[in-house]
Amino acid sequence: MIIYGTALLAVCHLLGVIIGDLLGRALGMQTNVGGVGIAMLILIFVRIYLHKSGRLSAISESGVHYWGAIYIPVVVAMAMQQNVVAALKGGPVALIAAVGSVVLCGLFVSFINRMEPETEAGEDGK
Amino acid sequence: MMWEILEKAAKENGLVTAFAVVGLVMLVSGVISRKMTCGRVQGSAIAILIGLALAYVGGKISGGSKGLADLALFSGVGLMGGNMLRDFAIVATAFEVHAEEAKKAGWIGAIALLLGTVLPFIVGVAVAWAFGYRDAVSMTTIGAGAITYIVGPVTGGAIGATSDVMALSIATGVIKAILVMVSTPVAAKFLRLKTPRSAMVFGGLAGTVSGVSAGLAATDRKLVPYGALVATFHTGLGCLMGPSVLFFIVRALV
Repeated sequence: MIIYGTALLAVCHLLGVIIGDLLGRALGMQTNVGGVGIAMLILIFVRIYLHKSGRLSAISESGVHYWGAIYIPVVVAMAMQQNVVAALKGGPVALIAAVGSVVLCGLFVSFINRMEPETEAGEDGK
Repeated sequence: MMWEILEKAAKENGLVTAFAVVGLVMLVSGVISRKMTCGRVQGSAIAILIGLALAYVGGKISGGSKGLADLALFSGVGLMGGNMLRDFAIVATAFEVHAEEAKKAGWIGAIALLLGTVLPFIVGVAVAWAFGYRDAVSMTTIGAGAITYIVGPVTGGAIGATSDVMALSIATGVIKAILVMVSTPVAAKFLRLKTPRSAMVFGGLAGTVSGVSAGLAATDRKLVPYGALVATFHTGLGCLMGPSVLFFIVRALV
């Protein structure tokens, strides 16, 4: 059933958020620490486990794949609700600080990725 | 009469309206991408730009802080693009992650994450200093805003920054997120964004889940989960280091 996949995804999501909150609490903060990342890791491991024991049907899987595919439209909706007006009003300090950090980080990304061995670069994702 | 019925239908079916609106924007973007740029600019990149433009229009009309979502007619966009569904969809993309790839790049992702927290902070503090903010609290808050727009106010709140500095800090973070969204597909070649490993390095250094996830989505959808996997730790690490280590260092230097 397709809902099994979606429910599995939901349980992983909730587990991740709860663990992230507990982690934040343990570190003495009000925020969630890496909850979504933890949820992703849980889902990766659960999928590997279920695949090995062959208990995940293609239909159940599509209950997860749908949400993965709806991801870009969700991001577009997210863009629609950014506080663009305030961002443009922030003036030169905000603009220069933002541009500066993006450029600097971009240079580092480019630098680190250039050190990656070429053999890996040829690999296909599938 | 007709308008009234239309408005009522849209308001009472917020999320459904959002699906229709976003679908329409994606459709238009796809056509623009094929017809006007011959496919050189990805449809999703154009869709994000249109989304940001609509957010500006919405913010201007309503005077609120949530872009298009502040207009009653489009309130469902707030739910569709809100944290809950965004995170749900990000987690779902992990289904396509190849565990081996992620493991191989684990340590470099962690290094990128640390650099992605410290470097923007230094830039933010330096710019704040150059513009005449000489107290440790303001400098730290603006520096933290350059990490992400969530780290900024969390840090500022913890160390007692004034509200105008907080606003500046948030603005810095939002501009950064928007810049990452828009510039990533353009700079993809320069950044060497081709492999899962490169996406993880990018996710760590560029930070801001929204910027990274949108930027990668508009570059190569396959890379999204790898970048997001690292980037989701960015805000946590920033909130951890901002009011503590980073603040102490700035205070010691001033």
